[in-house]
Amino acid sequence: MLLEFPWLSLVIWLPIVGGIAVIASGEQNAELTKRIALGVALLTFVVSLPLWFGFDASTAAMQFVERSPWLPALGVDYYLGVDGISMPLILLTTFISIFVIIAGWDVISYKPSQYMAAFLIMEGIMVGVFSALDAILFYFFWEAMLIPMFIIIGVWGGPNRVYATIKFFLYTFFGSVFMLVALIYLYFQTGSFDILGFHAAPLGLTAQILIFIAFLLAFAVKVPMFPVHTWLPDAHVEAPTGGSVILAAIMLKIGGYGFLRFSLPIAPDASASLDWLIITMSLIAVIYIGLVALVQQDMKKLIAYSSIAHMGFVTLGFFIVFAIFQRAETAGAVMGIEGGMVQMISHGFISGALFLCVGVLYDRMHSREISAYGGVINRMPWFGAFVVFFAMANAGLPGTSGFVGEFMVILAAFRADFWFAFLAATTLVLAAAFTLWLVKRVIFGDIGNDNVAALKDLNRRETLNLSVLAVATLAIGIWPKPLIDVMEPTIENLVQQIQVSKLPEGSDLVTPPIARLQP
Amino acid sequence: MTTLTPSISASLLAILPELVILITACTVLIADLYTRADQKQSNHTLTLIGLLGALLAVGFVGGSVPTAAFSESFVRDPMSDLLKGAILVVSLLTFVYAKDYMRDRDMWVGEYHVLLLFAVLGMLIMVSANGFLTLYLGLELLSLCLYALVAFDRDSKAGAEAAMKYFVLGALGSGMLLYGISMLYGASGGFAFADVAAAVASDTVNDKILVFGLVFALIGIAFKFGAVPFHMWMPDVYQGAPTPIVLFLSSAPKIAAFAMAARILIEAMGGLQTDWGEILVILSVLSLALGNVVAIAQTNIKRMLAYSTISHVGFIFLGLLAGSEQGYASAMFYSVVYALMSAGAFGVLLLISSKGHDVQELDDLKGLSDRDPWLAAMMALIMFSMAGVPPMVGFVAKLLVLEAIVAQGMVWLAIVAVIFSIIGAFYYLRVVKMIYFDKPITEVPVVASASARVAITFNGAAILLLGMYPAALFSLCQQAFAG
Repeated sequence: MLLEFPWLSLVIWLPIVGGIAVIASGEQNAELTKRIALGVALLTFVVSLPLWFGFDASTAAMQFVERSPWLPALGVDYYLGVDGISMPLILLTTFISIFVIIAGWDVISYKPSQYMAAFLIMEGIMVGVFSALDAILFYFFWEAMLIPMFIIIGVWGGPNRVYATIKFFLYTFFGSVFMLVALIYLYFQTGSFDILGFHAAPLGLTAQILIFIAFLLAFAVKVPMFPVHTWLPDAHVEAPTGGSVILAAIMLKIGGYGFLRFSLPIAPDASASLDWLIITMSLIAVIYIGLVALVQQDMKKLIAYSSIAHMGFVTLGFFIVFAIFQRAETAGAVMGIEGGMVQMISHGFISGALFLCVGVLYDRMHSREISAYGGVINRMPWFGAFVVFFAMANAGLPGTSGFVGEFMVILAAFRADFWFAFLAATTLVLAAAFTLWLVKRVIFGDIGNDNVAALKDLNRRETLNLSVLAVATLAIGIWPKPLIDVMEPTIENLVQQIQVSKLPEGSDLVTPPIARLQP
Repeated sequence: MTTLTPSISASLLAILPELVILITACTVLIADLYTRADQKQSNHTLTLIGLLGALLAVGFVGGSVPTAAFSESFVRDPMSDLLKGAILVVSLLTFVYAKDYMRDRDMWVGEYHVLLLFAVLGMLIMVSANGFLTLYLGLELLSLCLYALVAFDRDSKAGAEAAMKYFVLGALGSGMLLYGISMLYGASGGFAFADVAAAVASDTVNDKILVFGLVFALIGIAFKFGAVPFHMWMPDVYQGAPTPIVLFLSSAPKIAAFAMAARILIEAMGGLQTDWGEILVILSVLSLALGNVVAIAQTNIKRMLAYSTISHVGFIFLGLLAGSEQGYASAMFYSVVYALMSAGAFGVLLLISSKGHDVQELDDLKGLSDRDPWLAAMMALIMFSMAGVPPMVGFVAKLLVLEAIVAQGMVWLAIVAVIFSIIGAFYYLRVVKMIYFDKPITEVPVVASASARVAITFNGAAILLLGMYPAALFSLCQQAFAG
């Protein structure tokens, strides 16, 4: 019963229909609108819980599968399902969306119903991205996601919002159209748009490399990876708080998810031969972007750069597996990918919370400049405590979720190459430096100016938001086992899958991934 | 001669939709003489009834088995059924959108209705042509009406200039087509598409003459579509003609032009696919490039939409040049969808034009969401659809075309197409940006009639719902080319 009910469709369409209802309720009664929106968000979270509780963590197979023809002429199906990779991300989406709605409660006075509706529709679309098992359906949701975000940044954003939102849209659109061509090409190799079918399709090395690059363009922009990251700081700075939270907590994860769902299993040989590229880009993100974060004057920009650095960790975790295979080891490979996944979930909580914290300050003082603050803790002790906690988590303090993912990736990196681990570990220093320095300048010290002196501490809603996220961060930090258990079979299966070359028999161009670096 | 009587009645039945339009046009022409200048509503009502009647007639006589009429010069088949239906729906939308605009400017007269109805009749004949002569007849009926309509605002210098340009270049295009037809006639000895197809298939006919004729016929087609390098008339005509006429000109005739291309290229010269496919590659890449790039530089929204049309024509050609049933069906799907989107876009422009002010510039759209949120949402939806963003139908149309050309191994062409789509996305986005993010330059509230609002809502809903459930329309398109 639990498995047969179309939970996934419900989780996708409930917020979308709810969002349309919220728009229809109009702007006359803002209070009612917000209540409806919150109700829809809570209800969506509740109906997403069966995905967790009904999930069979002993198998890597897709669960909660729904499949019916959609565009039969092209073999496109309405095909949904989740495994251990996508299910936690769906829960993250439905969970974070609640706080986004709450965070906009008092702050958004311009057209609140459209604001709330945009986030609800966005939520449904993002769940759709994570649960689509048909490539065209995936692309459908993937691109549709741009529209609400475009509007959110453009309407409710900061002074330079138009530039930021158009840049955001065009960057991501640019990345994804090549993916569309690759998906169509794969359709002609396999005869359907079934993503799992793509996983099984044999492909020559040239085709794999072209497909890999097409996917890379799409996912690297979304993650974002160095050097296509420049849209993110702009988008974050100009987006309203809720928009930043969704961007950092969920949308970036969609890029990481794409690597796991598409790049690695569809083009394993190309991934193996181009892993140096991704590893280099990831390490540059970790180190260079970490340094860039250090010198930012704007709090949101600083956290945006910190997100890029942390996502560099995620992609590093995903792509060191091939170097680990050299040493004929799979446990380390599993750990690397798991570490990346945990890092994604944890970064969802932490970056979401940090953006909420900046939002709290911004709502009171309308400035994001670090220099406009100082000694905030004297007036806002509770707030100061939360900021310090999340800053520590961002720096990877043991006991918080930030530590678990980074630690796993670094451990795995040691099994790949000492220097990978060495360079990656600099993040522990850099992240500590830029977050703690931020805390020092904003929170501690003497009261900077009269505006700071007039600050009031957190209200009930803000306290609720931040405490729930703090609990989640701690929970994963102290006891990550349930999360890892859920993912493990899927990731083990993935690792086995990418160890097997997909090249057609007898092609001599080619070395299988494991043999590649051997002398 | 005894067998002639039943075949005449069968023939008359096959052209029932055309007859309905013809009778309506004549009725309006006469009824207009007997109505006072302030009672022109009856023309409008009659026209709408006629169009609806024709739509019903299309459904009534339609079916999957083709029927030929009038000594094989006319054919009714699944393709003509669908295209006629689309033409009639889009024309209905045109009349509804245009009503207030034309009335406010004293152009809502009988001639306008009659000319438009004859243009519709011309298109229906084109769609059902089974030979070059019938096709040319329909095309000229359409074109002559359009030349007059472009100059319909007699006091407008821009309109007169546009009409002149359109007439000269259109006549040139028709001339080219006619020249090509004469070549094909010389080579094959017949006007029916089947005769030409037989000549193409036979070894005895000189291929050079056929290809020569093909090239000229193709130039004629490209003129009517407005593909680069035969696009020069489009931006000026779009800018100079009254907006309702542009609305009409940019939507339904593209469907008819598709029918013309399909009849000539596929039915008559399917055997020369490799030849015309190569020409279409050049035309489509040029159209995609020029249309999308030059549109960016426009400040006049009608001109911008003209260049946007050119780029969409590039996509339609891509589907045709794939040379497969899938490709033809995708091009047909694209034409129908494009006509719907274009009608909607110009429809919004018409509805937000006020009595004293024509919407011409992009700036006129600024802050539309503050002035009229519903129309703003519809325009945004259409722009996203034209840019090819799901879940709108514009995405599905592009997807189908891309799939058809990748199926033929032309991956590079698909990549070229998507690169220009990215460039194109910018100027569509700019419109959305102006609607939603900019402050309005005028506070004048938008006055639009209820019927026009219903029509635009229907139009927008069609774009969204066809995007989410494209299967039904696409399978109709596939039937048109099956077997």
